[in-house]
Amino acid sequence: MSAQPEPALLYSEEEEALRAAVRDLLTDHCDPAGVITRTESATPQDLSLWKALADSMGLAGLLIPEELGGQGATHRETAVVLEELGRAVAPVPYLTSAVVATEALLACAADDLLTELASATSVAALAVGLHVAPGGSVPDVRLEGGTLHGELTGIADAAVADVLLVPADDGGLYAVRAADVTVTPQTSLDLTRPLARVTLDGASGRRLGDSGPAVRRALRAGAGLLASEQLGLADWLLTETVRYLKERKQFNRQVGGFQALKHRLAGLWLEVAGLRAAARNAADALATGEDTDVAVAVAQAYAARVAVHAAEEALQLHGGIGMTWEHPVHLYLKRAKADSIAYGAAGTHRAALADLVDLRAP
Amino acid sequence: MTDATELRTRTKELLAAHPPATTERLDFLRARFDAGLAWVHYPQGLGGLGVPRSLQAVVDAELAAAGAPDNDPRRIGIGLGMAAPTILQYGTEEQKRRLLRPLWTGEEVWCQLFSEPGAGSDLAALGTRAVREDGGWVVDGQKVWTSSAHLARWAILIARTDPDLPKHRGITYFVCDMTDPGVEVRPLRQITGEAEFNEVFLTGVRIPDSRRLGEIGDGWRVAQTTLNNERVAIGGTPIPREGGMIGKIAGTWRERPDLRTHDLHQRLLGLWVEAEVARLTGVRLRQQLVAGQPGPEGAGMKLNFARLNQEISGLEVELLGEEGLLYDDWTMRRPEMVDFTGREAGYRYLRSKGNSIEGGTSEVLLNIVAERVLGLPAEPRTDKDVAWKDLAR
Repeated sequence: MSAQPEPALLYSEEEEALRAAVRDLLTDHCDPAGVITRTESATPQDLSLWKALADSMGLAGLLIPEELGGQGATHRETAVVLEELGRAVAPVPYLTSAVVATEALLACAADDLLTELASATSVAALAVGLHVAPGGSVPDVRLEGGTLHGELTGIADAAVADVLLVPADDGGLYAVRAADVTVTPQTSLDLTRPLARVTLDGASGRRLGDSGPAVRRALRAGAGLLASEQLGLADWLLTETVRYLKERKQFNRQVGGFQALKHRLAGLWLEVAGLRAAARNAADALATGEDTDVAVAVAQAYAARVAVHAAEEALQLHGGIGMTWEHPVHLYLKRAKADSIAYGAAGTHRAALADLVDLRAP
Repeated sequence: MTDATELRTRTKELLAAHPPATTERLDFLRARFDAGLAWVHYPQGLGGLGVPRSLQAVVDAELAAAGAPDNDPRRIGIGLGMAAPTILQYGTEEQKRRLLRPLWTGEEVWCQLFSEPGAGSDLAALGTRAVREDGGWVVDGQKVWTSSAHLARWAILIARTDPDLPKHRGITYFVCDMTDPGVEVRPLRQITGEAEFNEVFLTGVRIPDSRRLGEIGDGWRVAQTTLNNERVAIGGTPIPREGGMIGKIAGTWRERPDLRTHDLHQRLLGLWVEAEVARLTGVRLRQQLVAGQPGPEGAGMKLNFARLNQEISGLEVELLGEEGLLYDDWTMRRPEMVDFTGREAGYRYLRSKGNSIEGGTSEVLLNIVAERVLGLPAEPRTDKDVAWKDLAR
């Protein structure tokens, strides 16, 4: 194969500073017990945390150009934010609004909406089911007599969105105000990124541009940066499990001293180290535009298994306490398992790779 | 202070004085060593100029462009990677002057007499004895898994000099002359049919005290230098995508559509992804080293490659179907160096089984990751304060 440009896989000093700031804020405003309590309330998403991230740090507009009020940063910085949000399993519409919807709006050059998103006066959601992969088939709604009709399901964070970006059967992507549609929460496996059904019954919308390329770009960025969220989840699970096993005693020994468990944790550490390289590679490829399709597909073909494995190992190695509602490991397991389907399952990304790297099916 | 420009000038001077086209290979290599351009981070007079190791690339690029001969670093890898740094750190001036030049030029090949039939992963349990006699030492014992022993002039050797001390403390480090009486090398044939390694029997071998490296009883610490240097090699040149074992099977897949099945396709893609992630992890590790922030990932790289080599080569044999039932050649040969990806699929499959054993078993490496990286409690050590002679065997 031809030589690839070498990706930059380390974190810059600025990225580390950003990480520290986000982690500080999450330490103060997003503790596990609070997240668990919130999942059982009427508002599982934490909009005050969202406001703190968006207003005090300007994170909602990281990917939006400065002239539209954003930060003009790249996917590399955005990925670092997602790592930290994943570590805290934070219930905020960051990936859905500040990444996926933002990318769709950037593709359509919808400057007014981007300005709203950058200033965090609006939250947006792409009205495509969370499970759809980049290049996958996208359900749409009917455009009839100038208004939109139909029903879309599995829309992540729709419940807190002010604007929905809706694909219609004329090939257009439409901006629809949430006030003009019916959003019905679905009972979701992932309590911290709830899904909803969106019903359009003669809703009016503004055509932003062609749906195909915008949705594809949005989902590709979503898939690529989801790997950083998965890295954050896995990293927290490994760190927390190691901490617990150093503390916990059974048979008059620290449980973490038993070789059977040491080997499992060392194996998990290896997987997380690999995920860090793959996730950084995807973020860098999205930022530079080099080798992007392969980098995203590799990251998503690898990340899901690692994040889910980390959660399943953490649960098992915590013993009985891991099965309880009060211990946060279940939030991570639910998020990791939902993430394994989000923006395309691993098998879908492997199939994409088969074409990209010329390893054809029989 | 020598900088890149000055190194380039020095290299050009070497090339002008010894034009590669008209100079004998060994003469050129000796001249390069004497000019301090062999390993620039070594001291002056010992093949170097005492400048940062990273500047070696400047010299290498100039020499490669001029078509200069090299010292075949892979063939003399043990000497370069393990013996030389240990001699540099612990050797006397006389030892350094006598040993380093022919080591670097490849005139004298080195091997390593560490492992024993009863001391593999538990290397410090070794039983080869060195007894003080007439100002020197008399060595008796048996070593195993010794690559290049049949080609080697010198060996680095660790032997027990005090059985009354606990096992780590009674060991001393020597340089053994492989041509001395009492050194017997026997090929050890492996599952591949090759004899890449040897057994070495040491019977009444006399080693003068001037060939001791480091203090008496300090051999374990000296050996750590050798073993740590064994692992430094990683992080050298970047590997391209599909470098190594995965490239072999990907090539077969592309050339042989007749062999493809859906099941094999799924498994191939899964391994391709893992190999690419392992490659990226290596790229990241190298970038960390270059940035002066070495990460612990190195400890895991060997684990990754051992597992992937085994899985990929196993899948390749399966992919070949009827041809996978055949083997290229069972003739006993003694290769000068290991080539994990060479020969045919069956060879790759069998040879890769050693990847999780040689240079530290995967089980021991997992312990190292768990203890040194994750900080988990160490394995219980019941042998720490017991004299070696009193250990259960």
